[in-house]
Amino acid sequence: EDTQEKEGILPERAEEAKLRAKYPSLGQKPGGSDFLMKTLQQGQKYFDSGDYSMAKAKMKNKQLPSTGPDKNLVTGDHIPTPQGLPQRKSSLITSKLVG
Amino acid sequence: MAGAGGGGCLAGGNDFQWCFSQVKGAVDEDVAEADIISAVEFNCSGDLLATGDKGGRVVIFQREQENKGRPHSRGEYNVYSTFQSHEPEFDYLKSLEIEEKINKIRWLPQQNAAHFLLSTNDKTIKLWKISERDRRAEGYNLKDEDGRLRDPFRVTALRVPILKPMDLMVEASPRRIFANAHTYHVNSISVNSDHETYLSADDLRVNLWHLEITDRSFNIVDIKPANMEELTEVITAAEFHPHQCNVFVYSSSKGTIRLCDMRSSALCDRHSKFFEEPEDPSSRSFFSEIISSISDVKFSHSGRYMMTRDYLSVKVWDLNMEGRPVETHQVHEYLRSKLCSLYENDCIFDKFECCWNGSDSAIMTGSYNNFFRMFDRNTRRDVTLEASRENSKPRASLKPRKVCTGGKRKKDEISVDSLDFNKKILHTAWHPTENIVAVAATNNLYIFQDKVN
Repeated sequence: EDTQEKEGILPERAEEAKLRAKYPSLGQKPGGSDFLMKTLQQGQKYFDSGDYSMAKAKMKNKQLPSTGPDKNLVTGDHIPTPQGLPQRKSSLITSKLVG
Repeated sequence: MAGAGGGGCLAGGNDFQWCFSQVKGAVDEDVAEADIISAVEFNCSGDLLATGDKGGRVVIFQREQENKGRPHSRGEYNVYSTFQSHEPEFDYLKSLEIEEKINKIRWLPQQNAAHFLLSTNDKTIKLWKISERDRRAEGYNLKDEDGRLRDPFRVTALRVPILKPMDLMVEASPRRIFANAHTYHVNSISVNSDHETYLSADDLRVNLWHLEITDRSFNIVDIKPANMEELTEVITAAEFHPHQCNVFVYSSSKGTIRLCDMRSSALCDRHSKFFEEPEDPSSRSFFSEIISSISDVKFSHSGRYMMTRDYLSVKVWDLNMEGRPVETHQVHEYLRSKLCSLYENDCIFDKFECCWNGSDSAIMTGSYNNFFRMFDRNTRRDVTLEASRENSKPRASLKPRKVCTGGKRKKDEISVDSLDFNKKILHTAWHPTENIVAVAATNNLYIFQDKVN
């Protein structure tokens, strides 16, 4: 049973090594924290003048966060642009499950 | 007795066979986002089956009465009612779009001729009343049959309106709207066994509501830290105990479950029981916490057990034993060596649900490639089946599927690299008393039944 467990560990660790090789900037903290931030992200963000000012102030001091697994960080750290906004939803129609 | 039939194993073999019954939804390859099914739930009798989708719509199917003229046809589910439950909203204060996607549907136990269900999106829970109208009053004094008001002076005689039969009309109306109680995304709702209250849970809080009262809700769990930088886990699911109206559980992103007793304190931040499986620290990896996150928790009908679903397995816990689960069933262990790509394409964050059969002898959950898994707890057998239009001849038996993990691929096996990760079965439901299951495969709803012997 011990050997079975150990064999189970190796694939996971190998996968982690693969991921770190692709994204060297991946945080040292376990994947849980990135996951939490992703979870709490409250939906699509639109232009907000408060965030814009905050982001401008912050950016004077530090670099823009890179894209990759860290994308979709919560607000205040980057400036949303009109190009990045999704299209507005189409009008509502009956579900195709009906008939 | 549900699911116990004559020594057959619910996970296939011997005298038990799952067969295709029906499929609902469009056939075309191009799936509109709004059509993606996001909730599936049988009502307490199993006569009604509700689905919710990303477009905020609810469709309710009703089981037809069994036809004596066609003894081999089990009652089929046909459309009973459909309505727009939630619409997209915009939170102007936070500049956020609120999706209309239905996250959960829960039926209330039936108390009169009408049916009631709760449906929720990320922010707002609604109580819907679905009622039938098959009679209409005729012979009003003050208005014509077409509804035009009559001139009162022209009314020379009084008559009593009489009820006449009409074509059945099913109406859905929102009776209560429970809004503005959740800062974070609602992931669960659960009706209490007292039939008066229900809970709603978001990432950081659990609220208790009275079904009659919409302007107030009582916060019973709050795990938000004073400093958000200290946040280490979120609430992923919550459910009331099926019989003890003071007991509920909530699961976390760290793979733990807390059982709370509302009699012991008003604010249930401190749990009564804490369920966690010990982890081998030497096996820890970057993915450990993510794959341990519980995506669903369900009490057994008996109330003695609960089941949790994490990314790779389903675990059954005895409520009297907090130290470890009594059963662990591997859903798709072969994905452990694919975690890197599953993290990159976000599949590792997919939230699968799980369900019990009526007698708690079997459990079911979904996987990828439109596969779903069933585990028979008595015989310890399990089976992988597929929801596919290729197996959709009426009453066609479903053939067990097998994933090949390495080495030589046998005929009829599918290799891990050929699995379609866009075809996810996140939502499944089991009829409360019979061997009928509903499986949501993206935009299609499949219904499978056991073979009528």
